[in-house]
Amino acid sequence: MSEALTFHFDVDGADFTSAGQASVQVKKNLRLLGISPDIIRRVSIAMYEGEINMVIHAGGGEADVTVTEEEIVISLRDHGPGIKDIDQAMQEGFSTASDRIRTLGFGAGMGLPNMKRYTDHMEIRSELGKGTDITMRVNLK
Amino acid sequence: MKISTIQELLDAEVICCEEDLSRHVYSACGSDMMSDVLAYVKDQAVLLTGLVNSQVVRTAEMMDMNCIVFVRSKMPTAEMVELAKESNIVIMATKKRMYEACGILYSNGLVGNRVKSV
Repeated sequence: MSEALTFHFDVDGADFTSAGQASVQVKKNLRLLGISPDIIRRVSIAMYEGEINMVIHAGGGEADVTVTEEEIVISLRDHGPGIKDIDQAMQEGFSTASDRIRTLGFGAGMGLPNMKRYTDHMEIRSELGKGTDITMRVNLK
Repeated sequence: MKISTIQELLDAEVICCEEDLSRHVYSACGSDMMSDVLAYVKDQAVLLTGLVNSQVVRTAEMMDMNCIVFVRSKMPTAEMVELAKESNIVIMATKKRMYEACGILYSNGLVGNRVKSV
């Protein structure tokens, strides 16, 4: 693979049931590229958590996954309420999700920590009232 | 542990992918919070849960888990079964409660695994 490959996804914020479809597609695409199962799992989980976050907190958003020789870059963008305190949001167990979301199995305060856990680098840029951009990188070499 | 052994130990009803009962699982995770499940990285594991929605199957798929056991007689929806079939994930349902189901599997040699710290 000599050139970068980018996959773009629009994440629908209106439908919790279909959340995760982009991550499923990324997983399939990475398999076709012959990426190792361990790397695929890490990328898929990080992206899935990000996708769920966009649906439950931000009304959806966009995702791009770029694959190069050296790394896989996952970029997530939303126009949701933004994150008030990123350090606090990174603490395991901290969540602003509603009780309804908890009954659906999410909102345990593990989303952002899991995204960091499974990637080699994660950067969060967020502005209250404007939205959140998250870039995650997984090294291939 | 073979998935068929899990079925016998938990007296579980197989809902789909019966042809995959001879596959093995090497660890287990019991939770109704999917983000807690996602904190574990282990493939070929079984997920025990009392939560019923499509994200349970998606979570298992992301984790490369090959079996889901619904406890407390919970039954998956038709949509969940279709998703599981697409990913060859065996789905079973047991009348046992979470604590008992996990205890039976653990005491028969199926242990969990550690969570990597952030």
